[in-house]
This record gives sequence, C-alpha cells and structure tokens, in this order.
Amino acid sequence: MKKRIMKINLSAFIVPVMSVIIALLIASVVILLIGKNPLIAYYEMLKGAFGSSQDFINTIVKTTPLILTGLAVGFGFRAGVFNIGAEGQMSMGALFATIAGMNLGGFPPYIAIPITILSGMLMGALWASIAGFLKARTGAHEVITTIMLNWISYYLGNYMVAGPLSVGSGTPKSPEIAASAKLPVIIKSQSIELTPGIFIAILMAIVIYVLLEKTSTGYEIKAVGFNPYAAEYGGISIAKNVVLAMAISGALAGLAGALEVMGLHYRYLGTLTSGKGFDGISISLIGQNHPIGIIFAALLIGSLRTGSNAMQFAGIPKHIVMIIQGIVIFLVAADRIVKTILTYRKKHKAGVEK
Amino acid sequence: MTWIISILNIFTNPLFYKITLTAATPFIFAALGGVFSEITGVVNIALEGIMLLGAFVSIVFTYLTGSPWIGVLMAMISGLGMAWLHAWASIKWYGNQIVSGTALILLAQGLTGFLMEPIFGKPGQTDFIGRIKDIKIPFVKNIPFVGEIIGELNPLVFIAIGLVFFSWWFLYKTTMGLRMRAVGENPEAADTLGINVYKIRYFGVLMSGILASLGGAFLSVGELGQFKELMTGGRGFIALAAMILGNWNPIGAFWACLLFGAAEAMNNQLQSSPILQISASTKPLFNMLPFIVTIIVVSGFIGRTRAPAADGVPYIKD
Amino acid sequence: MAAGIENVKDYAVVMRGITKRFPNVVANDHVDLFVKKGEIHAIVGENGAGKTTLMNQLYGLINPDEGEIYINGKKVNIKNPSDAIKNGIGMVHQHFMLVSNLTAVENIILGSEPRKGAVLDIKKAKKEVKELSERYGLYIDIEAKIEDTPVGMQQRIEILKTLYRGAEILILDEPTAVLTPQETEELFEIMRKLKESGKTIIFISHKLNEVMEITDTITVMRLGKVTGNLKTSQTNPKEIAKFMVGRDVLLRVEKKPKKPKHEVLRVENLWVKDNRGLDAVKGISFNVRAGEILGIAGVAGNGQTELIEALTGLRKAENGKVFLLNDEVTNKDARILREKGLVHIPEDRQKHGLVLQFPGYYNVILGRHYKTPFCIDGFLDMRYIIDYSKKLFEDFDVRPKDPKILAANLSGGNQQKVILAREMSSSPIVSIFAQPTRGLDIGAIEYIHKNILKLRDEDVAIILVSMELEEIFSLSDRIIVMYEGEIMGEVMPEETSYEEVGLMMAGSKLEMIRSGIK
Repeated sequence: MKKRIMKINLSAFIVPVMSVIIALLIASVVILLIGKNPLIAYYEMLKGAFGSSQDFINTIVKTTPLILTGLAVGFGFRAGVFNIGAEGQMSMGALFATIAGMNLGGFPPYIAIPITILSGMLMGALWASIAGFLKARTGAHEVITTIMLNWISYYLGNYMVAGPLSVGSGTPKSPEIAASAKLPVIIKSQSIELTPGIFIAILMAIVIYVLLEKTSTGYEIKAVGFNPYAAEYGGISIAKNVVLAMAISGALAGLAGALEVMGLHYRYLGTLTSGKGFDGISISLIGQNHPIGIIFAALLIGSLRTGSNAMQFAGIPKHIVMIIQGIVIFLVAADRIVKTILTYRKKHKAGVEK
Repeated sequence: MTWIISILNIFTNPLFYKITLTAATPFIFAALGGVFSEITGVVNIALEGIMLLGAFVSIVFTYLTGSPWIGVLMAMISGLGMAWLHAWASIKWYGNQIVSGTALILLAQGLTGFLMEPIFGKPGQTDFIGRIKDIKIPFVKNIPFVGEIIGELNPLVFIAIGLVFFSWWFLYKTTMGLRMRAVGENPEAADTLGINVYKIRYFGVLMSGILASLGGAFLSVGELGQFKELMTGGRGFIALAAMILGNWNPIGAFWACLLFGAAEAMNNQLQSSPILQISASTKPLFNMLPFIVTIIVVSGFIGRTRAPAADGVPYIKD
Repeated sequence: MAAGIENVKDYAVVMRGITKRFPNVVANDHVDLFVKKGEIHAIVGENGAGKTTLMNQLYGLINPDEGEIYINGKKVNIKNPSDAIKNGIGMVHQHFMLVSNLTAVENIILGSEPRKGAVLDIKKAKKEVKELSERYGLYIDIEAKIEDTPVGMQQRIEILKTLYRGAEILILDEPTAVLTPQETEELFEIMRKLKESGKTIIFISHKLNEVMEITDTITVMRLGKVTGNLKTSQTNPKEIAKFMVGRDVLLRVEKKPKKPKHEVLRVENLWVKDNRGLDAVKGISFNVRAGEILGIAGVAGNGQTELIEALTGLRKAENGKVFLLNDEVTNKDARILREKGLVHIPEDRQKHGLVLQFPGYYNVILGRHYKTPFCIDGFLDMRYIIDYSKKLFEDFDVRPKDPKILAANLSGGNQQKVILAREMSSSPIVSIFAQPTRGLDIGAIEYIHKNILKLRDEDVAIILVSMELEEIFSLSDRIIVMYEGEIMGEVMPEETSYEEVGLMMAGSKLEMIRSGIK
C-alpha cells in the first residue's frame, strides 16, 4: 500500500517536471528563430538567478509574492473555482496596505506591521469575494468576473496614483509608507534586501496545507471542489464555501501585494503587480495545487524571472518567460500528452531490453 | 445636471452610434468565434490570446508586404494555428479547456512581446504601419444622421455584420449547423448516429480561431494602424460575456456586442465631453465602465440563458 | 443448438465467439448469438451480465477483442455506428440518445439529413418522417422539442430514428424500463407490427413476464457468458431465472407483518418547482409512521425526484409544510434535517451520494464530518476516522475492505454499500430510499432489501421511491402513486394489482378506476 502511494506522488511530480523540460526545449527553438544561442541564453539565465549571493537573494525576493499568488490560485482550484483574479486582488491588497501603512506612523512596528498586513489581506479577500458572491448567487462564471475585476482594479490603482494618492513627478506613485510599517531587513547584499517576507510566505503554505488536510473546513472546501452535488447532499453549503474559498484565495493574493509594499517598494505603483498574479496560475498548476509543490514551482518561476533580466542583456526579450509558462500550462492542461510520451518511452525501453 | 445634459448630448450625436459600431466590431468577431466553438461543446477562453496574436500578425505582414489585407489573411492563419492547438489539447487529449485557453493567452502575450524587438526594433508599441481604408457608401452617406453613422466605415465593420447573419444561417439552416448543435448538446447521441464528434468539434474550434483573429486584426490594421502590447485589453473576455448574454446565438450575441460597444463609446464620449471637462487623473475611473457593465450583465442574465449541455466537457469514447 | 457455419444464411444476425475485455473484467467471454430473420429475440440476464456490451458491439459503439459477426449470412466488420447503420442495424438505447434542444424531426434525420447542397431540406424531412410514422403507427409531434416531449413519445422517436435509416434489425435495450404497464402494451403492439413487416427485433430485458409475452426465442447470459438458448414457447420464467442467476432465486423477500407506530413524517400540500421553473410537485400530502415502508410508485420524471429533494433540503418548496415528529422542518437545510435524524439514499449515487475522488474513509463521514468524534475543535481526528471506517466497511461487507481506496474505484454495488453504511450508521428516524437497487446485480439487491426491512424492524419510518413495481410491491406496507406531480391514489399492496397501479401511473385516479371510469 505504501509503495502505491509513493508511486502516485512520483507521477504527480514527473508530469510537471517533464512539462517544464519540454517547454524549455520548445522555447529554445523560439530563441534560435531570432538568431540567438539558446545554450548561452539559458546559461545567462541560470547565472542571473543564482550566480552570486546578490542574485540568489534577488531570486528569493521575487519568489516570495509568487508563492502567495500560487497558493491563492491553487487554493481556489481545490474548491473548484478558477481564480484568474489574483492579479487584481494582489493590486488591491497592495493599495490598501499602502493606505494603512501611510497612516500608521504614530504606532510602533509591532502594531503597524500586523495592521498593514491585515489591511492588504482583508482587501484582497473582499475583492475576491465579489466574484465568489456573484458565482454563488447568480452563477456568473468566476473566470469572466475575476478578469473584469482585474481591469477595474487596474484602473482604480491608476486613478489613485494619478489622483488622490499622487505624489512627486515622473512615474505615478503613492507616498511611502511609514517606517514603522516597513518589514525589517534581515540580510542586505549591496542594494538587495531580504525581509522576513519569504518566511511569511512559507508559513502560509504550511497553514494552507493544514487547513486543507486536517480541518473540517478543508474537508468541506475539497468536497465542494470535487463534487458540489454530493457536498450539498452532505449538508455542506456550496455558496458559503465558494465565497469562503474565494475570500481565502484573495487574502493570500492580497498578502502578496502587502508584502511587496512593505518589503520592496514601500509604496504603491501602477506596475507593482506586473503579472505576478497571472504567474500564480502557472505556479499552482506546476505545483499540482499542493502547497509544498507550489513553493518549489514559485522558486522555478521566480528564478526564471530574475534570470530573464540577465537574459535581456544577452539580447533575448524577457517575454520568453511568458512563452515558457504558456507552454508549461498547455502541457499541464493536456497532461495526457506528457503521460503518453512517458509511457511510450517506457514501452520502447522495455521492448529494447527484451 | 451637467451630467444629464452631456449624456443626452451624446445620445443625440451620430458620432456616438458610429463609435458604438466600431467598438462593437472586435467583440462581434470574437463573440461569433465563441459561438462556433461553444455550440459544439468546446469552451474557448483563448479568444483573448487569438485576438492579440491576430492583431500582431496582421501588423507584421502589413509591415512586410505593405498590404493590410494580406495582414488580415495572415492573421486568420495565425488564428487557425492557435485554435488548432486548443482543439488538439481539448478534443484529442481531453485537456482542461479553461486551463488550455489560459495557456494560449499567455503564449500569445509572450510571443507578441517577444517578437516586438526583433521585428520592429523596439518594445511596447510599433509606429504607424498602415491600415485598411474606410469605405464611403455614395448615397447612404448623404442621408442625414444615418449617413453620418454608416456612410463611411471600415470594411471590416460591414464584414462583421455580414458574418452575424451568415453565422445564424449556417448554424440554423445547414446540415453542418444541425450537427454542430447536436454535438454540443449531446455528443453521445450524435456519435450513435455515425456523426464524427471530434471532426465537428475541430471544425467549430478552428472557425472560432479564424473569427477571433479577425477581431484582433480589426483592432490593429482596421482601426489604429499600429500594434501595442496587450492591446486587446480584455476584449476577448467581454466577447465571451456577449456570447453568454446572447444565449449562444449569433443574432443575440450581436445585440450584446452592440451593448458593450455602446459602453465603450459612452466612456469615450464622456471623457472628451466639452461640458464635463474630465481631468486626466480621473479618466482611469471612466475606463472601468465597460468592465463594470460586463460584470453586471453577466451576473444579471446568466440564469436566463442556457449553455449547450455538453459545453466544456471532453467527449471520451470508451 | 449451436448452428453450424454452413447455415448462417438463415439468420439475420450471427455473432460468434465474441470476447470483450475491460480492465478488471471480461464483459463478454466467447459469446455466440443467433437471431433468425423476422423474429423477436430476447437477450436476458442480470445487470452486469454483458447484454448491453454485446449489443454495443453489434452496433459498433465498441469493438470486440475477438469474434466474428455475420449479417444476413455475410461476414461484416462493424467498426462504428455508421457501419452498423449501413448494414441495416438500428439501436434504441436504454438511456435515450436524443438531443433535447432539437425537435423530433431534427433528431430523427440527424446524420442522414435530406439536403439541397449544404442546406437542410427540412420540408422533405418532415414529409418523410410523417409518412414513416403513419406507416408503423408511431405517432409523434414532429415539431416539438425533445425537452417538451413525454417519455413514451421519446421512445417512438427513437424507433423512428432507426426506421428512417432503413433498419431491418432493431435492437431495443430495456425499452420498458421507463414505461407504464399500459405504455408497455402499446410498445408490444408496435413491435408486433414491425415483426409483421419483416423486421428482426432483439429485445434486451430482465423482466421475465415481458420476455414470455413478446418474444420467440431467448438467449440467457450470466457473467459475460451465454448460459442458455431457449424457445419461448417451451420454457417458463422459473427456468429462465435459473439460467440467469445460476441457482434458484428468491423472487420475493420475506416480510413479517408489522404494526406501524406513531407518525414520524407528515407532508401537507407541498408544491415544488423543477429546474426549469415548472411545477413538478403539485400539492402533495401524505405521512409515514415509525416501522412502516411507504412505497412511492410512478414513471420516472413525475415529480418524485423533486419531492425527495424538497424533503431532504436540497430543493426549495414553494408552498406547503413538512413536519418531522410534529416539528415543522419545511425548507430547513440538509444539515439540520440530518441532525434531526433524516437520512437519504440518493437516486444518483455517483452524483449525490459520494465524492468519488475522496477515499472511503472520507465518504463514510460525509454529513457528520464536522461533529465529534470525527472532528474536534475544527480539526479532523484522522486516526479515529480511519478506525471507524474500517469497522463500518467490515460490518457492511464492502469489498475490498480497505477504506483508503477512492470511492471511484469501487464497483456500483460496493459504492451503494458505502452509502448504506454511512446513512444507516447515523441512527436515523426517517430514511428515504430513492431507486436503491437501480443497476445492481441480484446479490446486491437482496442485501439492500434485507437492510431496508431491518430498518423497518428498528421502527424507522421509510420512504421507498422506485420505478420497479416488483420492488414496490414486495417491500411496501402502503403504496402511493405519483403522476405529473400529483398523487393518483393510495393503496395497500395486498388489496391492489399491478394493473391498477399501472393505470394510476398512467394518470388515472384511484376513485375513477374503482368506479369503473377510465
């Protein structure tokens, strides 16, 4: 029996890893097409992500919000909702964390920091709950509503930094948050600072794991995700759990936004999220919606992101990361393609051995 | 009070209706694409990505050949390619259709961004490359009011409207249309009558790719004459909402597209209203309008329309 | 009996040595079938005997691993339904294969449409279908959408579909399962007419009295093999049953007489709407007492599903009241009803009864997962849950006995046992069984019937909804019959007959039947 469980986990692990490898191969063809050497490109990428302690810290910093948006999307998947709105929830979280953080100057850090974090989470949760509520109440598909909410939050953010919160000139931006609301720096390597944000993100992964696997709330959310009819029959409210799952999902994305403000930018910017919410989709799919898998998937995408900056110096647009992600998600969607390749190889091998 | 006056002014101005038609055109192409795909039972949220790639490809080939029509043709081929990928994943491999669609959107965003520098030498947006000229209709142009709306428009606008009626005829009057509707509703029943479910679904999805890419091409070579990164700006999703609101029927979707087009036109006209004098910093608030309308419409009407029964469900023969 | 290869010409259908393997099971094991031209041939067997699998191969829906098929003496290779249609074979499936948002005529012509170029020639189609329907007395409303068409008519549309394609050999898979006794008689009339015009009919059934009435020859199957080839005129139901089950069967369960006690559930003037917003239950009133089985008979789709959903908190009642031990519980949600002791064995066990992706141990706590001892302060006690589920699997003989296996990987009978174990172990006072034995083999049916009677002995009030009249008659203490959302009458099983209940199922009120007006 134990052996069987191990086997299942192994195949859950192999498909995403294979998908990433295949995606890197296809992307190298794309790189060849613009006349560059993919080997050099990937070498630059690897060096850019892990080449020095500074690069390594930078990768960790980039990974932090990705763990949270990955958890946000993955948690939604477990409840049977496809939250494409992590981008907007993260933005709203960042916006409200900024507003809170700006006004907490008179309080010591041990009050200012938790309040700032909570405002971000709360706003993310509220923003996502709109889609959850509409789905539960009217049946409006969350894919459409969360996309629309993304655009609304995008313009709302633009409005805030161009109007009410506008400060200085140049890039529209908000004022800085109070010093007491900033996360302390634990390691500094030249201009790159590492804050405890990464530990908060990992802690959240563990919390989500416990919530899903060890509590009756997790049981209900999974039951609704797998089979809403049976859940309802078992006295589990679909509406309540859909809204709850969206709220938790949004809170995680909101936390990602808050930590970006408190540990990196110290203010709200229109470009703050820049696709990190969408990255959550690929991360949760690569991580197979498992909190621990998501940590590793986030590290992968985080290092691709830092590495891609280095690649740009080698003349390769950083959009290559999106292409790679697109291919990975495609292969995860149609995971039978990868499984077929794997079993074909196995069969082939067996044939040769005979 | 100034608000009411300026809104009334907008409604009495033929320009508002002309912008509505133009703004609705990309929605119409994409929503018709959505109908063709979903009526056979395949959900296609990749419309957004197909449009974006279509917008890009048409500009690239206009740039290379000087002819925007060749651009449009190549855009259709690119749409066919994207749709084929989606069909392959969701029909042949029983993939999750929403996840596959998401992948293709990312792929289109990545590819178009990636190729900007190698082709045009700079990221972000291209210069003005060229566009399809508007056509004037001789007599109609002189009719007051109406002439100002439809007297001079981009030919793609007329093609879009023509396609609405063609699609309706095709889906409801031809044998292929009957088979497509049957496959989207009950693929097993169609299968027992010797209808090849997979082929019909491939056809529906491929058609959706061609149609949606036309919507993208309209945005670039039809309207602006240039390509901007992420220029579709969620229109593929609004088109999906229009398809739902239109009850998966080409004519219904057409009316819904006009509604969303009107929301965009209203936003456009309010922002440039000489009475209201909207400041640059509050303009983003107005840009939310089409998205808010979409949410309200999707939430308000969803229970009253009916999706094809097998929509989004892979057909697995045992 | 086996016919030699030299005389395959005498037969419309010959299937020889057909073998079909599925993962874990051999569905057909070297099956031979011989059907003469112009006869009505029955294939009988229990659920899971392999009848439908065999016919699906004849119709090309699945392909055999081994074996040969001859049609009218000619060896054929049927790879898909198109090949079957070309060979003059038509099949009416147990679950109708109709497209519900298309009209009757569109369904009939689908795939073989008359056309002018690419355009559908709907005028010609209507004319052809009308002619065909008149020729065989298969009356239908050709313009109506399937979703607005009654079940009996849907079946006639299905038969027309095969005739439209020129079928000479008709396969009818359990065609009477959805019909009232009277509609069944009408179907038999049509079958006789088709036989007269030279058509060959293969009739799949497990209802032996019907087989005796309508067929000429019989092939009996059990566990994927042919166990008997019989002439109908030379056999009897007892003999067929023996071939079917491989032993003498108890056709009826032993039921001790028992006096019901106090009233437990009372329903007053209940109105419920269906998914389309139409009235499905129209002012129903009844009660159930402790230690009593109330059978609800009726053809599928006459409001039984909506009634049960309203009683169990899954659907809103528009009007009326429900009382449980004199407490009003109208429109209380499922959790509250469960806490008050109402349990439910649902009609669709895979859709409602189980979370297939959950292991057995999670499924046996569904509905009580939030309560001690399974859950303490919001945290699940996994060790307790696993021990508990092991014991339950043991007590209810679920196989395999490992509760860690996903529910999806259990057989239908064992899935039903998991549901039964869960519901019965929560000490119910009212238990609602909806189609509890549908699709199960005889062994599992016996087991479930015994458990229903055991609950009755424990003074639980029981509602049994079933399409199978035999089940209703053998278990119920009282029977009510539903038709189009209303109760046609209430009868005692010993004071009524299949015919009388059948008439009520077809819409006649009991008073009218008994006073001689139909």
